[in-house]
Amino acid sequence: MSIDWYLAVSAIVFALGALGVMTRRNPLVVLLCLELMLNGGNLALIAFSRMWGNGDGQILAIVVMTVAACEVCIGLGMIVAIYRRRLPIDVDELRELQG
Amino acid sequence: MSAVLFFIAAIGVITGAVGVVVLRNPFFAVLALVCHLVSLAVLFLLLRAEFVAAVQVVVYAGAVMVLYVFVVAYVGGEGESIGERLRRGTSTSGMRVGGAILGGALLVELFIALLGTGLEATSGYGAGYVPGPQAYGTPAYIGKLLLTRFLLAFELASFLLLVGAIGGVVLARRRGGIDEFSGRQAITPLNLLRPRATGTTAEAVGTATVHDGGSRYGA
Repeated sequence: MSIDWYLAVSAIVFALGALGVMTRRNPLVVLLCLELMLNGGNLALIAFSRMWGNGDGQILAIVVMTVAACEVCIGLGMIVAIYRRRLPIDVDELRELQG
Repeated sequence: MSAVLFFIAAIGVITGAVGVVVLRNPFFAVLALVCHLVSLAVLFLLLRAEFVAAVQVVVYAGAVMVLYVFVVAYVGGEGESIGERLRRGTSTSGMRVGGAILGGALLVELFIALLGTGLEATSGYGAGYVPGPQAYGTPAYIGKLLLTRFLLAFELASFLLLVGAIGGVVLARRRGGIDEFSGRQAITPLNLLRPRATGTTAEAVGTATVHDGGSRYGA
């Protein structure tokens, strides 16, 4: 398959992830949708890397995976902390910082 | 053959992504994401990124998803109840339509940016590929790049992982905050330098008791 198709799939996955981040209210699912967006970016990186036969894109994809793992670690830690304080697990209810 | 595999994997990827966004129960959303990640690894293999595909399956679909499943099980991931949804139905349906419009606009923009440009190389099949033990995308190739040209990025990523791990532990502790230390006496390196029972509240009150036989302060 030509590189076009992979880019199309990556765009669809990224847009779906953005849609989920905007519409879902459970922070766990928001984190999952962030993963979707990162994966869309990764697929585009690897497709472009294949296009040029150059490994830099793959290295960048691995770094993106590392950053995603850190983000999951911190995000899930925050969700556990929120749960322990008996606060609602809902991004609409957690609005103390909105000013 | 590769076209058939591509379409199967692409359908898996998009179905998994739709499942993550649509499914009410977070546990099923995590399972949909696992399906998405495994299909994505197949796409990576088709793009000759063998090492990245392996990392994707082992690290992402393995370790990270296990972490998600544990947290969903701990927090008791239920979707919002029906009454809750009805109570806020009016405000959120408008939000949902707005989100759908924005997501669709983003999709159109991405399609224009990625496919509507004059980049002719994107309609090709990519650069040539010669199989071999150190070919493009193999662990040897990636390892050489990581330890020579991208050594700084590699070290920074490992440091970031360390910081993330410590942050996760600190955030998810039992009391979940820094104020836990205020009520407890912390041991610092200074404690090794000064005589025992000095610098404590007991000394200020005058009731310092020395535990090494009481020879220093007399009794």
